[in-house]
Amino acid sequence: MTMRIGVVTFPGSLDDGDAARAARIAGAEAVRLWHGDPDLHGVDAVVLPGGFSYGDYLRCGAIARFAPVMESIIDAARGGLPVLGICNGFQVLCEAHLLPGALTRNQHLHFRNRDQWLKVEATNTAWTNRFTPGQEILIPVKNGEGCFVADQHTLDSLEAEGRVIARYVRGNPNGSQRDIAGITNEAGNVVGIMPHPEHAVEALTGPSLDGLGFFTSVLQALAGASADGQLAGGQQR
Amino acid sequence: MARVVVDVMLKPEILDPQGQAVANALPRLGVTDVSSVRIGRRIEIDFAGEPDLDRAREIADKLLANPVIEDFEIRVVESAAAEVA
Repeated sequence: MTMRIGVVTFPGSLDDGDAARAARIAGAEAVRLWHGDPDLHGVDAVVLPGGFSYGDYLRCGAIARFAPVMESIIDAARGGLPVLGICNGFQVLCEAHLLPGALTRNQHLHFRNRDQWLKVEATNTAWTNRFTPGQEILIPVKNGEGCFVADQHTLDSLEAEGRVIARYVRGNPNGSQRDIAGITNEAGNVVGIMPHPEHAVEALTGPSLDGLGFFTSVLQALAGASADGQLAGGQQR
Repeated sequence: MARVVVDVMLKPEILDPQGQAVANALPRLGVTDVSSVRIGRRIEIDFAGEPDLDRAREIADKLLANPVIEDFEIRVVESAAAEVA
């Protein structure tokens, strides 16, 4: 059965189209979800795309967190639904307290837009299981507020529990603490990443095909979950 | 009108690049005796009736500030006119 990956569109989302396309290229059915509609339409996983939700007024992701669709996603994520937040989506996940820490203004104050090397570290998550630990991948980064910060205790816990999923290598584009580019929650179903895997899924438009691994990973995770006779979170509603 | 003012500031340990950029610009104005600038956000909430500090605190904690990186203070001001005066 074709897996259904929901992609949320908030007012100001930019990369929802690319995220849906990446899901399709990976072999899933992309289901567009609307910020004002709390119904998740039976999707098996959700992507919160990049952009500037609600104009990023107040703080990045702060207002999106209270969107009707997010109330459902927060519940479902706590129940195990795989959720990937990319860039603004990562900021939304932090604001929603599904992931710890916060994303602040890049230390050098410049918007940074370039192809970025990452080292994948945790491969036991729903979104990274198709990578190998230590694998280096090249995907675009483009943000003005991508500097990951958290208190020392939180950072130490993330490291100790293997919840840093990817780190910047060959340069840190925004000053993120400990070069953190992406993290996961305790259960490994919720992942936030600042660079954009959905922009690296086709040779024509991306620097590599490395981003596809995130989307094929979740299909693998969902297939594994159904093989185990477990329901994916999105099917429990 | 019942106005509650919420001041949101980045926590002291969080780098404030905006404030730093401003501090670095001050010597161009001939100001050389400023050691640090930090920039926050002031939010004015007008209640229709009596000012409700508890609700204002909840609004600030849930939405206006991110407690991971920011502190906030709230206070009631008598009215918009008093605030200007």
